[in-house]
Amino acid sequence: MAEQVELDKRAAATAPARGPRILRSTRASRWAIGPGVVALAVLGYLPYLVDPNSTTTLVNFFILLVLGMTWNLLAGYAGLVSVGQQAYIGIGAYATLWFAQHGVEPFVAVPIAAVFCAVVAFPLSWLVFRLRGGYFAIGTWVVAEVLALLTIRDSSLGGGTGTNVPGLDGFDPVVLGAITYWAALAVAVLTLAGCYIVLRSRVGLALTAVRDDETAARAVGVLVPRAKRIVYLVAALGAGAAGTLLAISQLNVQPNNVYGVQWSAYMIFVVLIGGIGTLEGPIIGTIVFFVLQQTLSDQGAWYLIILGSVAVVMAVWARRGLWGLLDRWGLRLFPVGYRVLGARSGRL
Amino acid sequence: MNWINAIIQGLMLGGLFALFACGLSLLFGVLGIINLAHGDLAVLGAYVAVALLPSVHSNALWALLFVPPMFAIFGYGAQRTLLQRSMQSGPLTTLLVTFGLSVVLQNALQEGFSADSHSLSVGSLVTKAFHPASSISISYLRLGILVAAVIILVTVQLFLAGTSTGRQIRALSDDVEAASIVGINTRHVAGVAAAIAFATVAVAGLADGMYAQFAPTSGSQLLLFGFEAVIIGGLGSLWGTLLGGCVLGLAQTIGAQADPTIGVLVAHLVFLAILAVRPSGLMPATVEA
Repeated sequence: MAEQVELDKRAAATAPARGPRILRSTRASRWAIGPGVVALAVLGYLPYLVDPNSTTTLVNFFILLVLGMTWNLLAGYAGLVSVGQQAYIGIGAYATLWFAQHGVEPFVAVPIAAVFCAVVAFPLSWLVFRLRGGYFAIGTWVVAEVLALLTIRDSSLGGGTGTNVPGLDGFDPVVLGAITYWAALAVAVLTLAGCYIVLRSRVGLALTAVRDDETAARAVGVLVPRAKRIVYLVAALGAGAAGTLLAISQLNVQPNNVYGVQWSAYMIFVVLIGGIGTLEGPIIGTIVFFVLQQTLSDQGAWYLIILGSVAVVMAVWARRGLWGLLDRWGLRLFPVGYRVLGARSGRL
Repeated sequence: MNWINAIIQGLMLGGLFALFACGLSLLFGVLGIINLAHGDLAVLGAYVAVALLPSVHSNALWALLFVPPMFAIFGYGAQRTLLQRSMQSGPLTTLLVTFGLSVVLQNALQEGFSADSHSLSVGSLVTKAFHPASSISISYLRLGILVAAVIILVTVQLFLAGTSTGRQIRALSDDVEAASIVGINTRHVAGVAAAIAFATVAVAGLADGMYAQFAPTSGSQLLLFGFEAVIIGGLGSLWGTLLGGCVLGLAQTIGAQADPTIGVLVAHLVFLAILAVRPSGLMPATVEA
C-alpha cells in the first residue's frame, strides 16, 4: 500500500497536466480551515467574554480531549488497549508538584513534567510490551497501581491525602483561571496537531496499516514494535500534559484522583462514542461526554451509567462511533490518507 | 513464629484469590474473553446477598444457596446476548465492552447502595479460630474459603476432563469452527462455560464479603489480584491459577508482616517481577511458539 502510494506520487510528478492528481486534502477539510481558525480565535479570546466558571469547565474539557485523542492513538491505531494511562496522569501531576516545590514556576513545569512522563514511559514500555491484548490492559493497570502506591509513600509529596501545588497563590484568581485556560487550550491544540502530524508521517502510515491488519503490516516490512513504542511514548506525553493541567487547575494533587482508573473509563467512553481510529472521533465524543455530564450534573453518577451503556452498545453494534455515521458521506476534517484524482476516471 | 503465621494467612488469602481467578481463567481459556467486569460481578454478588438476605436468614452462608445459581443464569444470558456479539467483533471489543460494564456496575451499585462499605455477617463463625501454636491463629472461615477454592477448582477441572459437556467446552477452546462442524452447539456450550464462570465469581464475591468489607468500587482491586493470579500461574491452567493465588497471598501477608503499609505493593511488585522474568507464567498449559 505504502509503495503503491509512493509510485502514484512519482507518477503524479512526471505526468502531464491532465494525468492523475494526488490529493491529501478533502473538500470538507478545505472548507473547515476558515471556521477552524475563527473557532480557535474565539476560544483564545473567551476568557475576556465569559465568567471564570465556564473557562474552568472548558479546562476539564480540554484535559479530557487530550486524554481521548492520545488514547485513541494507542487503542485505535496501535491496537494497544491500555487501562493504565492514569499512570502518566499521576506522574505528570506529581512531577508538576515536585518542580513547583523546588522553585520552578508551575506553568514552566507543564512542558518539563510532560516530557518527564515520556522519559519514564520508555523503560516501562519494555515491561508492559511483554503482554499482549487484554493482558497488556491489565499490566498497564497494575503499573499505574504500583506507581500510585509508591507515590503515596513519599510524605513530602503529601502522602495518601495529597497536597497543594505551591507557587499558584500569588496569582489573582481570575488571571490564574485565564492562564490555566490558555495553557489547556494550547496543550489541546498541540495534541491535535501532534496526532495529525504523527498520523501523516511514515509512522502514521505504519500505524494505519497496523490498525487495518497487523499481520499484513508485518509482512510488508512495517516495523510494528517500533511504531507501537513511539505511540506509547506520545500517549504518555499527552497523558502527562493532562496530568500537569489537572494539578494546576485544581491547585492541588490528590493520589486517588490523579491515579484513578476512572480516567481510563472516561477516555474509553469518549473514544468509543465518538469513533475509534479516527482523529475526529474523540472530539465528538468529548463534546457528547460534557453535554451529558453538564445536563445530568445533579443526578449523581447517572451520566456515567448512561455513557457506559452507550459505549458498550456502540462498541458492539456501531464500531465506528458517531463519526463513523457521518463518515458514510466521506466527510474528513483531518485527512491523513492520499486520494488519487484521475483526469478522466474522476475520483477513485 | 509470626512469619509462620504470615505464611499460613497468605496461603488462605491465596485461596480467595484463586477462587476469584477461577472464573477469569475459565472465561479466558475457553471463550478468549478478558472480563474486566469480573471484580464488579463479584461485588455485585455480595450486594445481591445484602439485598435479599434479610428475607431469608441473617447468616450470609445461606446466600451461597441462591446467589451462585442466579449468577449462573445471568452468565448464560449475558454470554448468549452481549458477549457472543462482542466476541464476533474481535477480542479487543470484549475488553472494551466488559470495561464499560464494569463502570456501569460500579456506578449503579453506588447509586443503589451508596458508597458506604458493607459486610456479610456469618454470625459467630467470623471470630472462631483454632491455635495450633501460641502465635498462630487459623480462622475457620478463612480455612473454609481455601478449602472451598480447592474443591471448586478440582470440581471444575474434573468437569472439564470427564463429562460430555466438559469435553465440548474444551473442544470449543481448541477450535470453535471444528467444534461446530462435529455437531457441537457452540453457542449453548459457550453459555454453559460462562454460567460456570459466573457462578464461581458469585461464590468468590460472597467469600470476599464474609472475609472483609466491600464497597461498590472494591471490584477493581479484586480484578487485579485475580488477573495477576491467572498470569502468574500461566494462562489456561487451573492448577497454575491456584499456585498464582497462593504466591500473591503469600507476597501480600509476608510483605505486610515486614511493614503493614506495603502488603499490596509487594504483591503487585512480585507480579511485575515474575512478568519480567517469565511472561508465560509459572505453569503454562501451552508452550508459546
